[in-house]
Amino acid sequence: MPISLQHYLILSAILFSIGLYGALAKRNIIIILMSIELMLNAVNIAMVAFSRFVTPVLLTGQIFAIFVIVVAAAEAAVGLAILIALYRNRETIESTKIDLMKW
Amino acid sequence: MGLEIAFWILAAIIVAAAISVVVLRNVFRAALALILCFLAVAGIYVTLSADFLAAAQILIYVGGISVLIILAIMLTRDVQQGSPSNRLRVPAFLIALAFFGIMAYTLINTVWPVSTASPVAPTTQTIASQLLGEGGYILPLEIAGVLLLAAILGAIVLVREK
Repeated sequence: MPISLQHYLILSAILFSIGLYGALAKRNIIIILMSIELMLNAVNIAMVAFSRFVTPVLLTGQIFAIFVIVVAAAEAAVGLAILIALYRNRETIESTKIDLMKW
Repeated sequence: MGLEIAFWILAAIIVAAAISVVVLRNVFRAALALILCFLAVAGIYVTLSADFLAAAQILIYVGGISVLIILAIMLTRDVQQGSPSNRLRVPAFLIALAFFGIMAYTLINTVWPVSTASPVAPTTQTIASQLLGEGGYILPLEIAGVLLLAAILGAIVLVREK
C-alpha cells in the first residue's frame, strides 16, 4: 500500500493527541511545555503533508510550517524564562501549587 | 518502497518517543525522548521531500529548543520528583482519545484534492521566492522578525537577576 496523505494526517493526529494528554494531565510545567512542542510538531507534519500532496508546486504549507517553527521558538524561550523566574520566586514548578490567582 | 519502509519506521519512532515523553517519570529522560521525537520528525520531512524544513527542524528544535529545555531542567532541580500526573489524568486521557477518534474519522472520510504533480526539488528556491517575492509572505516574515526580537528581550528581562 503506498503512503498517502491520510497516513501522514493520522500520524499527525496521534502525535497531537499524545501532546494534548500530556499538556492536560501533567503537573510538571517543563513536561507541559514539552507536550506543547509535541503538538506544534504534529501540526507541522500535517502542514508539510498538505504541502507535499495538495500544493506540491507552491509549497504554501511549508511556508506556514516555517512560521509555526518561529513562533514555537519564541514560545519556548519566553515560557522557559517565565518558568525560571517562577522557580526563583516560589521554589516549585508544579502547576497545581502555583494557584495564587485561584478563586 | 524505500519511502514506505522509512515512513513506517519513523512513524513508530515518533509515536514511541512521544508516549515516553508523557509516560516517563524522569524529566531528563523525557527531554531526551523529546529530542529523539524531533529527529524522527525531521526524517518525516525528508520523506515528504521538504529538505529545507528538515534542516531547519534539526537546527532549531534539536539544536536550540532541546538545549533550552535541558537547561531549564538543570536550573530548576526538580528531576528527582519526577513528573507526576494531576487529578485529571483519566478525563484528560478520555478527551485525548475522543479527539483522536473524531480527527481520524474526519480525516479518513474526507476526500482530499490530491495533486499528482511531482514535488519541487530543491525547495529552497521556491520557499525564498514565496517568502521574499512579490505577492508573497514578506509582511509576515518581517513581523516574525519583530516577534523574535520581542521574545529575546522578554526572556532576558524575565530571567535577569534583580
